[in-house]
Amino acid sequence: MRWIWIDKFVEFHSAESAVAVKNVTLAEEHLHDHFPGFPVMPESLCIEAMAQTAGILVGEAKKFQEKVILAKIKKAVFFDYVKPGDTIKLEATIESLTPEAASTSGKITCGEKLIAEIDLMFSHIDQNLAGKEFPEENFVFTETFKSLLRGLSFDDSSSGTLESGAD
Amino acid sequence: MVMSRDEIFQEVQEVLVDALGVDDDEVTAEATLMGDLGAESIDFLDIVFRLEKAFGIKIPREELFPAESLMNNPEFISNGKFTEIGLAELRDKVPHTDFSPFENDPDVNKLGDLFTVGAIVNYVETKLAAE
Repeated sequence: MRWIWIDKFVEFHSAESAVAVKNVTLAEEHLHDHFPGFPVMPESLCIEAMAQTAGILVGEAKKFQEKVILAKIKKAVFFDYVKPGDTIKLEATIESLTPEAASTSGKITCGEKLIAEIDLMFSHIDQNLAGKEFPEENFVFTETFKSLLRGLSFDDSSSGTLESGAD
Repeated sequence: MVMSRDEIFQEVQEVLVDALGVDDDEVTAEATLMGDLGAESIDFLDIVFRLEKAFGIKIPREELFPAESLMNNPEFISNGKFTEIGLAELRDKVPHTDFSPFENDPDVNKLGDLFTVGAIVNYVETKLAAE
């Protein structure tokens, strides 16, 4: 995860579910071209935002020991546009988690409006690519993205709610 | 309630339609997952997850698609073909699959052809019977 496409987590239940938010702004240059006079957030980037939310959830479940890579978009259905000025909420839930992979389901909302349903699969690449070797360092989870989890404090059970400061 | 083979097949069919984005009528018992239905490696895990959910069963790692651990063992594979020992190991590890067409030319690259829709139905049937 080398670039960050979500703004913060507002809920984090270890190995279960997480909720992140992203503020969409016309300062994002690609919106000027997508489309001229009608700026809407590209759906591919909605998927990226969900992949980051769910990917961090999956990574944290194994204490960031695994290199978690988006492996498959199982489902991506869009119901409405995301426009500049919108704050989108990304909710991700872990459906299955095994040593080699994980599958998540998720939805994006904007206020009361359902924007998208996005289900993903992640691969723990050290575990299932026939022993292919990757660099020792975890190039997926760098310090930059870990800053996203700062300000969230885990409780003792580590499965409890991880609430951030009040909005 | 015991599921009939037909019911199991229909459920497996639904799982594969969702996991691989194929049409119902493509998912015949003889269809191979990789050759006919275009499955890639990550799809196998997806299918395992979906089968677990659909049938309420637990599928241990490599039990349904155990090829990988066998492929890395030189005792089982020689010059890109399965050895006698390797074939015996396959039959032992994957009892729900019919290996007879494979035995004459046990080319590793043809291993994918063995994973048919029918083999999954066989596996689920055995698994449900053992519950």
